[in-house]
Amino acid sequence: MGDVEISVQGLPIVASRVDVVRGSTLVLDGVDVAIAPRSRTFILGANGAGKSTLLRVLHGLIEPTRGRVTWGAFATRPRGHAMVFQRPVLLRRSAAANLLHALALCGVRGREARRRVDQALTSVGLEAMAGRPARVLSGGEQQRLALARAWALAPEVLFLDEPTASLDPPSTRAVEAIVNDIHALGTTIVMTTHHLAQAKRLADSIVLLHDGHVAEHTDAVAFFREPGSAAGRAFLEGERL
Amino acid sequence: MDTISQSFALALHMVAHLDPRLAAIVGLSLAVSVTSTLCSAVIGLPLGAAIAIGRFPGRGPVIVALNAAMGLPPVVVGLVVYLMLSRAGPLGELGLLFTPPAMVIAQTILIIPIIAALTRQTVEDAWTEYREQLQSLDASWLQSTLTLLWDTRWSLLTVLLAGFGRAAAEVGAVIIVGGNIDGVTRVMTTAIALETSKGDLPLALALGVVLITLVMALNVGAHVTRQWARARLG
Amino acid sequence: MKSMMQGAMALVVYSLVTIGAHAEQPFIVVASTTSTEQSGLFGYLLPAFEKDTGIAVHVVAVGTGQALDIGRRGDADVVFVHDKAAELKWLAEGNGVKRYPVMYNDFVLIGPQSDPAHVAGGKDIAAALKTIAAAKPPFVSRADKSGTYSAELRLWKAAGVDIASAKGPWYRETGSGMGPALNTAAAMDAYILADRGTWLNFHNRGHLAIVVEGDKRLFNQYGVMLVNPAKHPNVRKELGQKFIDWLVSPHGQDVIAGYKINGEQLFFPNAGTDS
Repeated sequence: MGDVEISVQGLPIVASRVDVVRGSTLVLDGVDVAIAPRSRTFILGANGAGKSTLLRVLHGLIEPTRGRVTWGAFATRPRGHAMVFQRPVLLRRSAAANLLHALALCGVRGREARRRVDQALTSVGLEAMAGRPARVLSGGEQQRLALARAWALAPEVLFLDEPTASLDPPSTRAVEAIVNDIHALGTTIVMTTHHLAQAKRLADSIVLLHDGHVAEHTDAVAFFREPGSAAGRAFLEGERL
Repeated sequence: MDTISQSFALALHMVAHLDPRLAAIVGLSLAVSVTSTLCSAVIGLPLGAAIAIGRFPGRGPVIVALNAAMGLPPVVVGLVVYLMLSRAGPLGELGLLFTPPAMVIAQTILIIPIIAALTRQTVEDAWTEYREQLQSLDASWLQSTLTLLWDTRWSLLTVLLAGFGRAAAEVGAVIIVGGNIDGVTRVMTTAIALETSKGDLPLALALGVVLITLVMALNVGAHVTRQWARARLG
Repeated sequence: MKSMMQGAMALVVYSLVTIGAHAEQPFIVVASTTSTEQSGLFGYLLPAFEKDTGIAVHVVAVGTGQALDIGRRGDADVVFVHDKAAELKWLAEGNGVKRYPVMYNDFVLIGPQSDPAHVAGGKDIAAALKTIAAAKPPFVSRADKSGTYSAELRLWKAAGVDIASAKGPWYRETGSGMGPALNTAAAMDAYILADRGTWLNFHNRGHLAIVVEGDKRLFNQYGVMLVNPAKHPNVRKELGQKFIDWLVSPHGQDVIAGYKINGEQLFFPNAGTDS
């Protein structure tokens, strides 16, 4: 990203007393959480605990049924936050064209856009694939491309929903390296994962969800050494490392 | 059986010798149906995409009505357009009755629901896949519509073909608004109707063979195109 | 692939140009009957007219009733039909300018080879129809507002048959043009009243043949009228009148007489007579 400034206008992201009801299920129950700028926050929890839902609430894709979310001083999500999904969503066009499309959506075109596309593709190691149709790339390559797209946008916050869940170990390591690179440039990372070792490697802050509410929100090192809550202990014990 | 083999032979003969009257009829059929399909696409594609993505009160009934309109009887559409375009009607000043543009108007009305309804289905399926990502990228409603329409372009080609097939096959609308005038508004389907009513069944069937072959050729071409696109773009 | 795209583009351009093209040649719209077109007369007559005058004739061939309705609405410039009573009524309503008799042909009674009513070879149409009403063999009627149907009703009346009450399952009303009605009659081995022109040009005869002809009451007069330009300013009155004048001129009448199928003359010119 080099000379592109990452501002911190939309941070911290604060969720206050957020409830999310789906059908007749209370998916999130009285969630209070604050995401600090420049952190690498990982959201953990059992299946159905509400991780993906919380991630989407923080990104503004889902509106809370009750409670509210603020982004810095904003009550609506500001531009400049990006998300990478478990299965990459790419358009039926070339790899580079996918990035150009995303840049055009936030008004970046022409030479500046092409520069950012080249840089992003190089940073994820896909510069050779620029002209290839995005959908014929392998799973790992597609996910790296999705990350390149996020990189090109120079986001303030990057949300990732289990981005390596369907990838093999080499691709997983490649994705983790890219996430670290993006973070090094100033982007805040909010990520969910099932993979505790991954969380241990990458996180500096852990949010543990249990039955839809926040059981714990602590420093990662502290959490993995000694969880502060019963839920935390049960969670780590249940997931043999 | 004899009539059928006679017809195939006659059809081959007419095509091989590029019978000029046949060429004129085939040419006009294509011109009318292609133009109708294009006009319907201009209205139907954005309309279908808008309904697919939009959330507005009454959306459910609109979709049901659109699907139902796919079954509009051509002859009724023809009659209504005839009354509109007649000199005695509201648009009589345009002097369009019994001309090819009148046939295009009638067929366009007939196939807009088909294109819109099938586009809606196609775009809605794509929208479920792309929605979160496009929302994440802050795409506006218009930007999302255009992105989806372009990304589903190969499926939409099939939709356009469905519309074209309906237009090329119908006779009820064009015969009323066109008048089946020899050399002016006679197309394949109306020529078949005429030859049948004259009792010249081999000729009618031969024309039918040509019509079916034409429509099938277009479908094959589109299928090949889709296969190529799928291989190239995934 | 690229050539297919180019082909598609060419097709689109061709289509738009074809539809958008305006007729350069002067033309008139003539509303006429299915019998004049399906007998092949127009295919023979109109090129001669176009050669003489440079005017193209766009013929909308429907039944007499619909042709008169098209004229009434002002969607045609000239009407050319064969139902004198209906034509005079149409004129009286102010829809046209003047009626010119042009030509006549005749109707023939068509029937199956098996001739269940035993009317074949007769010269008296009224007697034949009376016999048919009594014997009740399958009989196909056009039952549309055509000149042929009007003639059929007149002939039932001449035969002393009240067809409205006499009709039963044997009397099949198809509501269709001459050709389709003949198709139906051929498929059903039924009797049917047809104009000789359409019959001579009809190929799907099955077991049908002419059973009664020659009766003066089978006389079928054609008349041509200009649609009233006072009522419909869009009517191409000069060109339309040229067409009418040509039809009733000695030359036009000769051309009409010259139309033959298998050496047999179909239409007999009689312009200028009080028909």
